[in-house]
Amino acid sequence: MSNNTIQLDDQGRLKHFLTIEHLPRALLVEILDTAERFTVVGDRIVKKVPLLRGKTVVNLFFEPSTRTRTTFDLAAKRLSADVMNLNIEASATRKGESLADTLRTLEAMQTDMFVVRHQNSGAPEFIAKQVAPGVSVINAGDGRHAHPTQAMLDMFTIRRHKPDFENLIVAIVGDIAHSRVARSEIHALATLGVPEIRVVGPKTLLPSGIEQLGVSVFHDLESGIERADVIIMLRLQQERMQSPLLPSGHEYFRTYGLTAPRLRRAAPDAIVMHPGPINRGIEIDSSVADGQHSVILQQVTHGIAVRMAVMSMAVGTQATNQ
Amino acid sequence: MKLKVSQGRVVDPANDLEEITDVFIDGDTVAGLGHAPPGFGSAREIDAEGLVVCPGFVEIGAQLREPGDEHKATIASELRAAAASGFTTVCCMPDTSPVIDTPAVVELINQRAKGVRGARVHCIGALTKALEGQILAEMHALKEIGCVGVTNAHRSIRDTNVLRHALAYASTLNLTVFLNSEDSWLGSEGIVHEGSVSTRLGLPGIPAAAELIGLGRDLLLVEETDARAHFRTLSCGRSVKYLNDARRAGLKVSSDVGIAHLFLCDEDIGRYNTQCHVRPPFRTRRDRNRLRKGLANTHIQALSAHHQPQDQDAKAAPFSATEPGISGLDTFLPLLLMLVNEGTMDLKRAIAAATIEPAQILGLDIGALGVGDVADICIFDPNKTWPVTATAMLSQGKNTPFFGRTLRGKVSVTLVGGRIVHEIKA
Repeated sequence: MSNNTIQLDDQGRLKHFLTIEHLPRALLVEILDTAERFTVVGDRIVKKVPLLRGKTVVNLFFEPSTRTRTTFDLAAKRLSADVMNLNIEASATRKGESLADTLRTLEAMQTDMFVVRHQNSGAPEFIAKQVAPGVSVINAGDGRHAHPTQAMLDMFTIRRHKPDFENLIVAIVGDIAHSRVARSEIHALATLGVPEIRVVGPKTLLPSGIEQLGVSVFHDLESGIERADVIIMLRLQQERMQSPLLPSGHEYFRTYGLTAPRLRRAAPDAIVMHPGPINRGIEIDSSVADGQHSVILQQVTHGIAVRMAVMSMAVGTQATNQ
Repeated sequence: MKLKVSQGRVVDPANDLEEITDVFIDGDTVAGLGHAPPGFGSAREIDAEGLVVCPGFVEIGAQLREPGDEHKATIASELRAAAASGFTTVCCMPDTSPVIDTPAVVELINQRAKGVRGARVHCIGALTKALEGQILAEMHALKEIGCVGVTNAHRSIRDTNVLRHALAYASTLNLTVFLNSEDSWLGSEGIVHEGSVSTRLGLPGIPAAAELIGLGRDLLLVEETDARAHFRTLSCGRSVKYLNDARRAGLKVSSDVGIAHLFLCDEDIGRYNTQCHVRPPFRTRRDRNRLRKGLANTHIQALSAHHQPQDQDAKAAPFSATEPGISGLDTFLPLLLMLVNEGTMDLKRAIAAATIEPAQILGLDIGALGVGDVADICIFDPNKTWPVTATAMLSQGKNTPFFGRTLRGKVSVTLVGGRIVHEIKA
C-alpha cells in the first residue's frame, strides 16, 4: 500500500502531510510556491492572514522540541488559527493512557488539525488512520522515519539560492542512521530531480541499505563534498558523541567537521545548511556556520512560511471535501 | 466408543503411508487400517471421502496467555481453537504470569484444561526462575509434574555462564532445552530486520548477526554440556546451515520454523503493518526461501504455528509500541497446504513436519496412525475455502497478517484419543 492513499484525497490533494516518500513532484513544487507567497506575510505590520480562522490546531508533542514547535505555533497563528500546545511527554502517556485514547480525548474537543511529533516511527501515520474525516495530521518528526516539513523548508532554501534542482550535487553529512531529517531530504531531493545525492559519514552512522534510497555513499568528508553545490550538515546528538558509535566529539570534528579549508573542496558558491540546533566545533566550525556560505538562519525563517503552506493546503483540501 | 473413518486419503508420514483407506478406532487407539479388526462390530461411521485423514498436528510451543493475560486468550479458548484447526497437542510456553517455574503453575494449567473439549496441553517449564536468567528453575520438579522440556522462551539468557550451567543441569535430568537464540546486545533495541526496509521506515533493526551469534554461542554450549536442544523459530537462512552442520557433527539438536516466516518477509511490513511485528522478525525474501528449502529437505525438522494471540490494543499503536506475535492456529492448515500447492514440498513431508517431527522432538508417543497408536487424528477438506475473519477465527487472538484473505483448507473433524473434539456439521 502506498502512503499516498492516506496522505492524498481522491483528487491527489494533500490531506495529511506524513512523509515525502511517493509524493508527486508537482505537489512538492506547489508547497514551495505556496510558501513563497507566505513569506511576505512576515514582513507586514499585521502578520496575519485569515485562512485558518475558526480552526483549532493542536501541537501534539510527545518529544521535546523548541524550534519546530515554535515555528509551527507561529505558522498556525499567522494563519489565524486557535492553537493549543500539548507536551504529552509530561502528561497523559505517563499516566498510562494509550495513544489512541489520548487522541479520542483531543478529538472530542473538535480539533481540526494535529501537528504531531513522536519518538516512534510511523506514529503520525497511525494517528492519521484514527482521526475522523476532515481532521488533518501534520508530521513534525517521527522517530527516525520522517520530518517532512523540515525537508521542505530545506528545499525552499535551496531553491531560493539554486533554482535548478536538476543540476545539483547535494551532500548530506553526519548521523544519517538516526536522522529523520536526512531520510525526508533524500526523498525530497530525489523527487525534485536532483541527479546526485550523497551521504557522508562513518559506517556507524550510516544505516544498512541506505544506497537503495538512491544515494551514493562516502566515508570521507573531503571527497564527499567535492564539487557539491549544497552541503547539509546534520546534528550529532550529545549522547552519541562518546558511545559505541563514536569515540569523541573531538575526533568527530577532526574527521567529519566542516571547516573553511575543507569547504574549499565544494563548489565556489556552495551553500551550507544545518537543521539546527548546531554544535559548534563538533559538526561545523564557527567560521563556516557564521560565514558567507551559511544559510542556516534563513532556514529558520523559511520554516514558518513552509509550515503555513502545508497547513493551509491540508485544511483547504479538507474544507472542500466536507 | 468405536469409530470407522471411511474412504479418506490417509497420510501417515511416520509409517510412510498415503492411500485411500478406512481407519478403525476402538476406544482411544487406532485398531485397524483397511480392514476392521476381528470382532470390531458396529461403529459410528465418519465419511471421509474427498478428505485427508492424518495424525493430529502437534504445536511445539504456543503462548496460551493463561494464567496472567486472560484478556488476550485463555487455555479453554486456545485449546478449542487448536482442535478446530487440526491440532491435538499443544505445548504451552512458560512465559505466563506467574511463570511456569513451579509445579503449582503446571497443575493450574492442567486443571484449567480439564474438561475443555479441545487439544491436549503439555507444559514446557522455565529454564531459570521467573525467566530472569539468573537462578536455575527447579527442573527436576517440573519434569516430575510432566513438563516436556524447559526453556527461557523469548528472554535469551544474557549471562553465558548461567546458560552453560542451565544446559548442563537440564542435560543431567535428560530434559530437552528449547532455545530462542538471539544475542541480547544486538537484539536489544531492534524491532524489525535490519536492512533497507528498516532504514526506509526508520525502525530500529535487528541484524541477522543477532540470531547467528546467539545460535553460535548456544551450539558451542550444547556441544560442551551434551544437552539435547531444540532451536525455535529460525528466521535467518544461514541458521539452517549452522544447525545442519551441528547435527552432522553429532549434536543432539533440532529446529523449527514458524509457518508465517515461510510466507512473509520484511517488505510485507509495508506502511507499518503491525500484524507483521513478530519476534524473530521477518527477514529478507532470500531468508524466507532458504527457510522453505530447509524445511522441505528436513534440515529444519518441524513446523510451528508460533501461536501468539494478542488483544486488539496490543496491535493498535505505532509499530514500535506494539507487541509482537501472530495468532497462528487458525491459518496453520491452509498455509501448510499452500506450501504443498506451491510445490515447496509434498503433502507427506508437510504433514510430517507438523506431526511426527514435533512429537519426536517433544519425546511424546503421538504423531502416527499405525495400529495401536493413540487415535489423535485430523480430518480435513483440502479444497474448502474460507475467509479469515474475526468470526471465522476461533482463537481469541485475531492478530494475523492474513486477515481478510480467503484461504483454502478447513478441518472437518478432530479426534483426541478417539474422542471427537471438533466436528463441522455437513
